[in-house]
Formats: sequence, C-alpha cells, structure tokens
Amino acid sequence: MKIAFTTKDPAWESMMEARFGRTYYVLVFDEQSGQITIHDNRDIVNQEHGAGPKMAKVMADLGVDVIITGNGPGENARAVLAQMNTVIYVGAGEMSVAEAYKAYQDGTLEKF
Amino acid sequence: MKEIVVISGKGGTGKTSITAALASLAKESCVVVDCDVDAADMHLLLQPDFDHKEDFYSGVLAHIDPDTCRNCGRCAKVCRFDAIVLQNGRYVVDELSCEGCGYCEKVCRLNAISMNERLAGAWFASQTKYGSDMVHAKLGIGAENSGKLVAKVKKEGKAIALAKNKSLMIVDGSPGIGCPVVSSLSGANFALLVTEPTLSGLHDLKRVYEVVKKFRIKAGCIINKADLNPEVCAQIEAFLREESILHVKSIPYNKAFTQAMVEAKTITEYSNEPLKKLLEESFETIKNTLGV
Amino acid sequence: MKIAIASGKGGTGKTTLSTNLATFLGESQSTVLVDLDVEEPNSNLFLQGELLRKEDKMKMIPRWDSTSCTLCGECVENCNFNALLCIANEILVFPNLCHSCYACSELCSLGSLPMEPQKMGELSHFLAGDIEFVEGRLNIGEEQAVSLIAQTKKYVDQHFDDETIKLFDSPPGTSCPVIEAIKDADFVILVTEPTPFGLHDLTLAVETTRILGKEFGVVINRYGMGNEDVVAYCQRENIPVIGKIPHLIEAAKLYSAGKLIYKEIPSFKDEIEKIALHVKARFQGAAQ
Repeated sequence: MKIAFTTKDPAWESMMEARFGRTYYVLVFDEQSGQITIHDNRDIVNQEHGAGPKMAKVMADLGVDVIITGNGPGENARAVLAQMNTVIYVGAGEMSVAEAYKAYQDGTLEKF
Repeated sequence: MKEIVVISGKGGTGKTSITAALASLAKESCVVVDCDVDAADMHLLLQPDFDHKEDFYSGVLAHIDPDTCRNCGRCAKVCRFDAIVLQNGRYVVDELSCEGCGYCEKVCRLNAISMNERLAGAWFASQTKYGSDMVHAKLGIGAENSGKLVAKVKKEGKAIALAKNKSLMIVDGSPGIGCPVVSSLSGANFALLVTEPTLSGLHDLKRVYEVVKKFRIKAGCIINKADLNPEVCAQIEAFLREESILHVKSIPYNKAFTQAMVEAKTITEYSNEPLKKLLEESFETIKNTLGV
Repeated sequence: MKIAIASGKGGTGKTTLSTNLATFLGESQSTVLVDLDVEEPNSNLFLQGELLRKEDKMKMIPRWDSTSCTLCGECVENCNFNALLCIANEILVFPNLCHSCYACSELCSLGSLPMEPQKMGELSHFLAGDIEFVEGRLNIGEEQAVSLIAQTKKYVDQHFDDETIKLFDSPPGTSCPVIEAIKDADFVILVTEPTPFGLHDLTLAVETTRILGKEFGVVINRYGMGNEDVVAYCQRENIPVIGKIPHLIEAAKLYSAGKLIYKEIPSFKDEIEKIALHVKARFQGAAQ
C-alpha cells in the first residue's frame, strides 16, 4: 500500500500536520518497496482557494491508497477523493509520523 | 501547544475584550493572534509594538497597458463584473470591481493586459505590553476577505508559538460565518463562542455554531451581558445543552467592559474584582478542558 | 432616495437604527427596508409581517457535459480560482469556489461547460405594518455575498418607485460586500459607538466611504457609554454628526427582546426624529 502522511517537515522524524489541503509537506511511504517520497505542498498552501482539491489531485497522481491526517479534508477535497477510492484516517494531528503509522497498523485511528 | 479560537457570529458581544482578557491572564505563555483582519481592534488593548511588518498580496488585478492597447473593447465585453470602463475615451480597469478572473487577459489579442499581484493588506509581528508575542494584520479597503490573510497570521502565530515553546495560542476570530471564520477555526483545539442574550445574538450563535460543528472542534460558550434578558438567556442555555456545548460562564452586564476599553486597558488590568474573577475562572475552565 | 446604513465595527447598532428609522419614516411616507447583511440578516427579528414573495436566488456555475469533452484541460488552466479540476477522466466543478466569470465556459470551443443556475440564497419580501421589508439571505457555506447583494438591490429597483425611501442595512466592515451594498447610495449613515473600538473602526469606514465619493453623516449610538473622542474626530474631519442615540439599559432590553425602541422610549424617538428630518431634508433637496 502507498500511504500518505500530512507532515510539518519533509522527513519521517517529523510531526504530523493536522491540516489537509494546506499541509506544508506530504510524506508518501510505499510499504512494498520501503521507499519514501516527499511532496512539497507549499505552492498549493499559498493559493487563496481550492487548496484541498489540488492537494487531493496530487495524491491521485502519486497513486496513494491511504491518507493519514489530522482534521480531515474539507468538502471540496472530499469530492476529489471520492473519485479515487482512497481510504482516509483522521485524528493523528498531534502525533509523530512514526506514532501515526503505528496507530494505523494497530487499527486505532478513526476512519473518515 | 493548544489553540483557543474565540468567535461570536454577531459583532459587539465582547469577543475582542474577552480575548484580550484571556491573553493578559496567559501572559508570556501564549501567542496572541488577531484574525479579525477586516476591523482589527485588539491592538488598542494590548498595545503591540508593530516591530515587524510584511506586505500581504492576495489575488490578482488586471492592468491594461495604455501604450499597447488599441481600445477594441473586447475586454470590456467579456468582463462580468463591470470592471473595465471607458475613461477619457480609453479603457481602464476599475480596481475596486475587478475580481481577478483573468478573462480579459485571455481575450486580448495584443497582450495589452497583465494580471498583477494585488496588494491586499499587511501583517505584523509584535510584542504586547505584557511581553507576549502577537501577530495581527490589516486588510486593505475593498479587498476580498478570502481567509488567506487570516491563514497567514495563524501560520505565523503558530510558528512563533512552536519556536518559543509557548503552551497556548489565543486567537481573536473573524466575525460572520464565511471563509475568514473557517480559516480562523482551522486547527483549533477549542472554540469559545461569545454571545449575548438578544434575539440577534442567539440567531447568529446558531448560525456560527454550524460552522464549528462541521469541524468537530470542542466548543464552549460565554454568555456576556447575561442579565440583560433572562428569557433569551434561558433559550441560549437550552441550545447549549441540546448541542452539548460547554457553558463556560455567564457574565452579567458590566460597565467595566467599556470603561476598560476607553482607558485602553484589558478588563483584568482595570480594577473590577468580580468581573476579573469571572474571567479568571473562565480561563481555568478552558485550560482544564484542554488539559493545559 | 437610497440611504445606506453602514459601520466599520460590528455591533454598533446598524440594525437597531435601520429598523427603527425605517418604521418611523414609514409612518409618513412610502419606505422599504432592505437587509443586505446577507451572511447574518437580522432585521426580520424586529419586524413582524406578512410574507409577500420568496425567491430563490441563483448564481451561474459551469456544469460539465461529458458528451463532447476531450479532457484537454484548458478550462482548468483558464480558471483563476481553482474551481475546476481534472481527475479520473472527469472534470470536477467546485461551485463554492466559482466566481461566475464565465471564462471556462465561453472559452471552451466544444461547449462542454454550459453555465447553469444553482441556488445560493433566498430573497424574501414582507409587508410589515407601514413599511415593506426585503431581505437577502445567503446559504451557509456560500461565499459570494456580493452577487446576492447585487441581486437584492436589483429586485428593489424593479419593485419600488423613486418616491419610496429605500434604506439599506449593510454588512459591517470594509471589504467587498460592503462596497457593493453602499456604492449606489445617495447618502451613507455610518453608525458607531463612542469608544476606542468604535472610533478606530469608524476611521476605516470613513476611508471606505470617501473612496467611493459618497456623502455621509455619523450617528453615535449608545452615546454616553464611553468618551467624546468620536465627537472630536468628526469635528476635526468636518463630518456631520446627525444623531446621538442615548445609552439606556431599557433600550438594550427592548432590543434584546426584538422590540422597536423608539415606540417606548421618548428620548430615543427624539434622536430618530432628528435623523429622519435630516434624511428627509436631503430627499427634498434631491427632488428639487
């Protein structure tokens, strides 16, 4: 599975970012290959409107299966994600990426 | 670090005075963020030093180059906002009406139109008279209040809070129910709703709570000027119970709110013991709910 | 004659003034109160009346028609507001981001994005005793207040003649909905309170009104609650103070219960009368 985390910094050691569309970075972890890709979201952060959908599209282009985040996507982003059949987990906004991943594996994160 | 956002829906309920009071109680342990960018007032009470200023750009504005333009009028025909007008026989952009859609730029065959970054306001990072950090802003007149400037001050506030290891971020939220409020609330751990026992206050409280509900943020309410109308006050209390909103405090009408403001003081500075106690208790209740 | 009632700061008493002034004027001439604070329209709480008409108010947004679309993505490029997105062989439209500029629709050579109406709010028209009352109400989650304000004003122009006094209760602040609400007014009344917040926000409202080149006057509400700085400011700036409404707890209580204040409190009525006379004098002047 390809898992995306909304993060404050571009590293596995980072803390999670609660926001979805306006997260600074997205860390994509490919469970199969073990590879980590970082998407720099800061161009999208700067847009007045429509950050959520744009971010969601980037996730689609990266082939993400699961998104782990804090507050969850807004209404418009949800419309995009519905097209993608991505599974979203929320409530990890105050965790580190490692903690969030563990919580996901333990099944303790809330599905959106 | 926990974030408290104070909103009201309706203006004039005492939101800013109460936010300033909480900030004065939190002293250096907090960062204060004034998200009421259309009509910012907190600085009148907290006296920030406006140490750092940055221009804020938002959206774009069309500009017609008079040397290249040959007045064909195609741009004026496509503009849905009546923003391209004839002035002294030449087509010019009315900046107050231009929405920055760029349609005119796309149809101009001579490339005479450019879309330029619009200077929409400014934001400031300051120290308040309490020694706490404050981030605030001023939106330009006629600017679109898209929530972007609100997002900017929140982001800068959060960065300072984390860098300086502050335990609290106290936010004076935007009024109304639109994008600026949504932007004020994003990332909040607690939404403090300030209302008054008037029909207007109750009406706007319900409307703004719908926004809070969508974000599933823990909410609490202070009923200010509570003794003004016991009947409406009871209606508000019933609404709070129905929606499981924490009733933080009821504050009876007190002239000190205004008197403190007139003297550019927060209520806690101004010596009114009963009122000060109510605010201190409110602050404790909120902190306990957050586990701070 | 069109009179806009605005303020920099919220909660200064715009709606208090507009509802009381409109009802008072209505006793002697044809008056309509128009609530343009479409995000939070409150005037209806003070006026009881018979609903004459209700209209859905629409905004035009593009609808994706897949039949001729080649997914070239030009429409997404043409939209400056990120209201269109191409994903999974579909063009998604986000209505709440759309500014209705028509660029995507009209620049699509295949006609795959026809513009269609979608409801974004409502207009209600009431008969409330001596006056008529029109309210614009924006659906929660909608952003385009400006469009609903413009449509509400248009309705008023279509349904009321020049002899009727039209009072526009504007949104607070100085951003684009306020500009839209006051830009056609013959006269603007700025309502403030005699406190530092009131004064500070009044200066912003004055700046806005001056940029629009409007004639205006100030009403100080809850006069006596603070200090004289607003009066001093108006004197320095040569701004007429056309009313000083007294600060009375009885007035606040009536307001809290949704009642019209001038009917019960004489000193309040005196100030409303003064403001009304000033307004009527201008009306007479304009008619000549």
